[in-house]
Amino acid sequence: MAHHTLTLRQYSILGLVALCAPLGDTCLSRGMTQLPPITLAHPLTLIAAVFTPWIGAGIALLIGFFASYLTALSWADLTFVLPATAIGNVIVALLSRFWLHEPISPQRWAGIALITVGVSFVANGPSYTEPPVHVSSAALVDAAEEEQVR
Amino acid sequence: MIVPSSVATTGPWAASAMIAAIILTSTAGEVLTAKAMKSIGDLDDIRAQSGMKGAIRAVVTCPLFFAGVSFLALGFFSLLFALNHLNLSLVAPASASLTLVTNAVAAKFFLHENVDRRRWTAAVLVCVGVYFLAH
Repeated sequence: MAHHTLTLRQYSILGLVALCAPLGDTCLSRGMTQLPPITLAHPLTLIAAVFTPWIGAGIALLIGFFASYLTALSWADLTFVLPATAIGNVIVALLSRFWLHEPISPQRWAGIALITVGVSFVANGPSYTEPPVHVSSAALVDAAEEEQVR
Repeated sequence: MIVPSSVATTGPWAASAMIAAIILTSTAGEVLTAKAMKSIGDLDDIRAQSGMKGAIRAVVTCPLFFAGVSFLALGFFSLLFALNHLNLSLVAPASASLTLVTNAVAAKFFLHENVDRRRWTAAVLVCVGVYFLAH
């Protein structure tokens, strides 16, 4: 059961990880800025904030992010999943450029380019490091499978 | 670390310590959570065998998972604490980008992941990219 190449289903879970986090954060930020300032003197207003539509949607998206993030970590390396999540920031920046027509500074374009190149670097490599105990047997199975393919 | 003059009320050492606290706690949280999920096994397989409830039970009965989530929560609170003293434009990009590099180091030594040249390059590129994008 070596997941060196990902299935379509696993790619869609990585896509959910990448998209849910920045979209959830955006919803929370939009919801919180619409509210009057919240002080520690009235902490109950925070509980009421949870039930406003934007903040509710943000929390739902972040729960979706955490569930798909945990699923991804169960079959892929941390050093594979973490850079992949960064592509979500690029998607949100591009969405805000072409959908909301917000300007993007040259520095942010450079950031978008660097993240995209970095993510394509990891995405082209293996997604999972075999545990050392199973390395020899897994390598043997892989080699045998490769032989069969040839 | 370069600290802008707008953070004059908090000294550069205090600012660095706050950002270091965020990075250390959230890296510990990420590594422990990743270790927990690896010890549980492929969640898609577990869900196929014993349903969504079985998958949730497998996660919430893992002590390492709670250790990881506790550190992630500590990381979140140290972020809130830092935001109380420093600018968002300094804290958010610095912590988000540096945790990528510390996670790569921690994953190599604690999770024994094969962090090859490709992954180092990616960690550094994404680190600089996130900093540029969020700054």
